[in-house]
Amino acid sequence: MTAQTLEAPKTSSPGAIKQFAARHASVLPTLAAIVILVIVLIGAQVEFGNFLTARNMSALLLDNAYLMVLAVGMTFVIVTGGIDLSVGSVMAFTGILGSSMLASGTPVWIVIPAMLGGGAAIGTLIGVLVQYFNVQPFIASLAGLFLGRGLAYVVSLSSVRVENEGILWLQTTRFYLGDWYITPTGIIALLVVAIGAITMAWTRFGRTVYAIGGSEQSARLMGLSVARTKVAVYVISGLCGGLAGLLLTAYSGAGYPRNGIGTELDVIACVVIGGTLLTGGRGYVLGSMIGVFVFGTIKTIISFMGAEQSWTHIIVGALLLLFIVVQRAIVARSDRNT
Amino acid sequence: MKLVKSRLFWPAMALVTLLVVNIVVNPNFARITMRDGQLYGAMVDILRQSAPLMLVALGMTLVIATRGIDLSVGAIMAVSGAVALTIIDGSGDPDNVGTVAIAIGVAVLVSLVLGVWNGFLVSVLGIQPIIATLVLMLAGRGVALLITGGFITTVNSDPLSYIASGYLTLLPFAFFISVAVIAVIALLERRTALGMLTEAVGINPEASRLAGVRSRGIVWGAYIASGVLAGVAGIIYASNIKAADANAAGYLIELYAILAVVLGGTSLMGGKFSIAGTVIGVLTVQTLDSTILFFGVPSAQSPVFFAVVVIIVVLVQSPRVHAWGRKVGAMFRSSKETPRDGTPPGGATATSAPVATKPEHKEVSA
Repeated sequence: MTAQTLEAPKTSSPGAIKQFAARHASVLPTLAAIVILVIVLIGAQVEFGNFLTARNMSALLLDNAYLMVLAVGMTFVIVTGGIDLSVGSVMAFTGILGSSMLASGTPVWIVIPAMLGGGAAIGTLIGVLVQYFNVQPFIASLAGLFLGRGLAYVVSLSSVRVENEGILWLQTTRFYLGDWYITPTGIIALLVVAIGAITMAWTRFGRTVYAIGGSEQSARLMGLSVARTKVAVYVISGLCGGLAGLLLTAYSGAGYPRNGIGTELDVIACVVIGGTLLTGGRGYVLGSMIGVFVFGTIKTIISFMGAEQSWTHIIVGALLLLFIVVQRAIVARSDRNT
Repeated sequence: MKLVKSRLFWPAMALVTLLVVNIVVNPNFARITMRDGQLYGAMVDILRQSAPLMLVALGMTLVIATRGIDLSVGAIMAVSGAVALTIIDGSGDPDNVGTVAIAIGVAVLVSLVLGVWNGFLVSVLGIQPIIATLVLMLAGRGVALLITGGFITTVNSDPLSYIASGYLTLLPFAFFISVAVIAVIALLERRTALGMLTEAVGINPEASRLAGVRSRGIVWGAYIASGVLAGVAGIIYASNIKAADANAAGYLIELYAILAVVLGGTSLMGGKFSIAGTVIGVLTVQTLDSTILFFGVPSAQSPVFFAVVVIIVVLVQSPRVHAWGRKVGAMFRSSKETPRDGTPPGGATATSAPVATKPEHKEVSA
């Protein structure tokens, strides 16, 4: 299932639909996510009447920019069949690291590379443990989670305000197009999604990532650079964690060591809802973006309703369940076919 | 030498080393005082405080033995605490033993249902354990927050506080809960065939199914046990802080429990498990936690130390490091005495037939 045919069927007879479903089994979960997103958006519009506004939709990207960056990194890891639990605490660590460095007068051009480097370093550690020491990704990234969270508190026990204009510019600047606006943080998030999607779809590295997820053994026998790629996906995820730390710091105007507790679960949920298979081998970066939008929309709807924010996680948990059951059915069917 | 080869040797050594470090740095650590027929001291505190982690880790051991993992234990703790304290809070008489008993009964029942749910997803629907339990891990805390209405429910109830802080004759009551649970699980798993069947399912699910083991029931049972134990742990936690805090209850406990199980020598790949190992692992984690606090490190920073411990433990277990160890061991032996192929370091001297004690026999084996 690595090769995907790109032409869409023109006819809409039942046979064609079946054929489409059989041929594009790996796209189906992502299509389902888009359908859910559309249903949720239309439902909210019907219910509230003023939901689908330019302001609201722009805010959706703004509020979830950091989540989107994390989801891109996580997609790489999950497609290889791994998992990265460390992203939330890496984000907290790099965020507080950056804000403390700024507070002590370090120039921005040192701070931002340091934040990205800090994230990438933790990612490298996880990748090396996974690849060279046969540690399960779950446990290796668990060590990363502890390390990131602990280091965040080592840097500072309380929140540190950011007064650097360069960082705050990322959040406060708004480029308007009619009523729509986008902030530099939103642009960064979309850029990361674009780079991630292009890398996964059209580069040798991306093909290798899919191949490892499909069958690591086969990938190795084919002579692909499995070891390098497997370490690299964790480095990418760590790097995304560092970038998310920057975006979140800009968004909240402060670094806080308790940021991102439980974010790793939200990210995994978004990626799965976006149609990436947790067993690896199938998934799309664009799907993860849709997953983040679904998550963000649910969050917005709940605050519109004025209900408890705890409902967000209950609904996302239910959606997650729905998607993994659907995925299991799809995998079971395509296993029968092949 | 037999002692060194025991699976429990290294976990136990880690715990003993940790205790010795504590006692050397702070002689007060070992001091146990008797007041009103009750024992007090740092070590008694560790026994008392380790109770919730002990219960959760024992349940986790069973789940891991079936090749699974249960991420939802922290969320179940939160739900259980929220249910129990909301019932006690809502009743007119929080000091009534009957009320507290009913509240605990309901909370444990709810936890059991959550365990059944996890087990259903894993054993019947065949969903990966990490993901199946992730659903409840996400949703569970939300449910707990709804039960408490988003607030931290505080309750002043003597029977409830007794569970975590009370003493039964010499030692804390919570310690006796741990001992009772350890005894029940050890009896069930080791004095009946259940333990062997669990290991069979964990080592090779397909083969054990072909051999006629009803793996579905065994896997399901492990998740139910984990849920119930997490529920009890949640009540102990709530009793300790006299409140149901849906956000803090059982926060990261799934990770500490997994760490304790791995420290105790149970592999995450499933199969062979060790209850004694988990007990040692839990005590090690708890002692490490107290040690870190004692050295004046803010408790928020302690995850760094746990990260280091996790990394050391997984490195020691990894095949590559074993290979290095053997290489270093072989170099060490071949320079000192005759090389003996295939014999593990320091073992099996009796079976080595070609005993050549002369140094001229020195040659390096490939």
